[in-house]
Amino acid sequence: MFPRIVYESFRHQPRRKLLAGIAIALGVAVATAMIAVATDIGDKINRELRSYGANLVVTPQEDTLDVEIGGVNLKPPSDGSFLNEADLPKIRGTFWHNNIVGFSPMLPVTVKIAGDPNDVTLLGTYFNKPLHFGKEDFTTGVSITHPWWKVEDPCKAGHLAHRGGMAGNPASCPWPDDNSASVLVGERLAAMLGKKAGDPIDIDGHPFYVFGVLSTGGAEDDQIVAPLALAQQILGKPGAVRRVYVSALTKPQDALAVQDPNTMTPEVRDRWYCSPYVQSIAFQLQEVIPHSHAEQIRQVAQNEGTVLSRIKGLMLLITFAALFASALAVSAAMATAIYERRVEVGLMKALGAGNLAVSAIFFAEALLLALVGGIAGFSAGALLAHQIGRSIFSSQISIEPVLFPIILTIAVFVTFAGSAAAIRRAIKFDPVFALRGEG
Amino acid sequence: MSTTPETLLTSKQITDRRTSAPHVSMFARMLLRAAVLRRRRAASALLAMIVAAAVATAMMNLYVDVQAKLRGEFRNYGANVVIVAKDGQTLPADALNQVESVLGTKTVAVPFSYAVARTTDGQSVVVVGTNFARARQLNRWWKVSRWPESPADALIGMRAATVVSPSRQPIELTFQGKPIQLTPAGMLQTGAGEDSRIYLDQSEFQNWTGVAPSTIEVAANGTTAEVEASIRQLAELLPSADVRPVRQIMEGEANVLNKTRATLYASATLIILTSALCVLATLMGWVFDRRRDFAIMKVLGASGRLVNGFFAAEAAALGVMGAIFGFFIGIAVAAWIGRVNFHAPVVPRFSVFPYVLAGSVAIALISAILPIVLLQRVQPAIILRGE
Repeated sequence: MFPRIVYESFRHQPRRKLLAGIAIALGVAVATAMIAVATDIGDKINRELRSYGANLVVTPQEDTLDVEIGGVNLKPPSDGSFLNEADLPKIRGTFWHNNIVGFSPMLPVTVKIAGDPNDVTLLGTYFNKPLHFGKEDFTTGVSITHPWWKVEDPCKAGHLAHRGGMAGNPASCPWPDDNSASVLVGERLAAMLGKKAGDPIDIDGHPFYVFGVLSTGGAEDDQIVAPLALAQQILGKPGAVRRVYVSALTKPQDALAVQDPNTMTPEVRDRWYCSPYVQSIAFQLQEVIPHSHAEQIRQVAQNEGTVLSRIKGLMLLITFAALFASALAVSAAMATAIYERRVEVGLMKALGAGNLAVSAIFFAEALLLALVGGIAGFSAGALLAHQIGRSIFSSQISIEPVLFPIILTIAVFVTFAGSAAAIRRAIKFDPVFALRGEG
Repeated sequence: MSTTPETLLTSKQITDRRTSAPHVSMFARMLLRAAVLRRRRAASALLAMIVAAAVATAMMNLYVDVQAKLRGEFRNYGANVVIVAKDGQTLPADALNQVESVLGTKTVAVPFSYAVARTTDGQSVVVVGTNFARARQLNRWWKVSRWPESPADALIGMRAATVVSPSRQPIELTFQGKPIQLTPAGMLQTGAGEDSRIYLDQSEFQNWTGVAPSTIEVAANGTTAEVEASIRQLAELLPSADVRPVRQIMEGEANVLNKTRATLYASATLIILTSALCVLATLMGWVFDRRRDFAIMKVLGASGRLVNGFFAAEAAALGVMGAIFGFFIGIAVAAWIGRVNFHAPVVPRFSVFPYVLAGSVAIALISAILPIVLLQRVQPAIILRGE
């Protein structure tokens, strides 16, 4: 009898049940989407914060002082020590290699350019260099670590194709090929020299081609940026790298992060080593690159933690607001649905049904509604989160499968809570009044 | 029918009262009685309205204010505009004052001057003159063991220290034959170029080298458009200098801020929609519940317009009350979130109120009109029979 009452109730009031179900589904959908966005926002914003550039720099351990003012290097170019380029792919072999977004080696060289009486700094680096470590192939370079660098006037109608500028790879189109003899000229230097893309340029007596004009808003605007191999060739030191900029996804710093690894107990040290703090990643970089010193770039590394925790905190609080609003919407819908059925309650009670039996029927109905609405809402919410991820961050917002039972439980709980007050009132109502229609 | 004077008088009194009483008063009384007699249902409808208005207010307040708050956080990244003298010259002596007069005193502007000095054993090292109090305000990420206090104190970069003063002993530097004695007051660690430099107080630096500032770093507040306007103003003011944005900082900020804003916008829309739905469900139930009142009014000869007007007025009153209470609660919620998350309260924005009010009344009207339109199609007799 019990299942039949519930079944008939759904069969005879499809519209009302549908309305309540839709309210639950909508509430659950919003809650799911907000929880998914809030749990993923940290990772997403962390990646966006990488647009501030590298947060770690690796230098040779026994380095002489940099003597540099406003991007002009005053140190004799071969002075000091270097890192070995062959060691760089090992960066992908560190414990947190999945957190390392990219790295760029840098080798500044002082050169003379025909038509400029002053010395000019030529910076050798990777633009978009394909490398492999172990079985893994990856590309890295300034296109990843320095996203604010813009090449103006790149490869218009393939005007460099016949000069070996791009090696036929359209993906590397905005950047010169790392094995080519094409260079980028900083925008202020280009304006001074009157160079534009496609022009020949004479550096230390060797002919090269200007691939494009580079705009960075920094010291590079007065420099020439060239493939690393080219700078090494000019310096006469194959394989030499002055410093490496590493861009890594890190965890905001806490009390554990700033401890000295040499004074830690083994367990604490393991925990420290296995957390993606900027300090522990620096430590691991030092381990894989011989004779190196890795340091956090405090301007980038210190601030991203604050920004990240602010945005995460904000989203968390907003998610609570969303959960509150959807819980309220679900309860309101349930309360209305039950209040309208006082007559039924009266009839059941008049026929001798106890309070328990009546509430059991309503709760069973609520459970059914919550499950169906919850499943529909969860799918809709997952879709919504996916859309938000795609349109805002142009990447996937993944929904943890573990969320499903949690959300469903919350949906059932909220539906019950929303129904409880209304059911209690419906039961307390005198059947005589209800049947006479005197609500 | 009785014709005794008392009753005549009484009925006359009643008629008098009825005719002299304005029509509006009956209308208002009906509204009031409806609210009082079914206060529980009315209260729950009002509660839904208040919550929805509060959530909407809080979200709108946050949406506007959080961007300003986050911009403040982004200023911790340091300068977003640099002013550099052209071709190795120095800036005019009053450049700093001019910059401050344009941007206001809330902006941090820090002068820097550079020189290459030699240590006693012939090492070259870059020495920078600056204003420590301002540099400290601008570059919060600098890790400094102790800020210099007396003029002869110097701030020494980590890497410079290992070369010039490994045991923190006083250093002697020479610039174009002029010697100077410096006490290393504190160590500076940044992970960037600053680590190889020695920082001195500007006036001390200028006495020694005679070199005036060549660079001013500015942390300009405001939106991208406002910062760009400041850059144009500064460029006009200082024709002898290059004023340029620090693209790394500007673009990073714009990127993160845009993404956060979009997420916030999406969340706010979702939440406001959900609470609007909640109000819709509650109010529709409330109005639908009162189909008996509706039927009686119709039976007693009320016109469709009057009945519609009655329910609409009721809904509008509810909307207005909900909006007013909800607005203040919402402002309190926004202020609380601001305090918890940003350690600064969100400034209440009263400009949001008209939107909240209009939205509340609109939703209330929609949820009143919809059931009434449905009920208009049904015969009052059927409703009164309880079917």
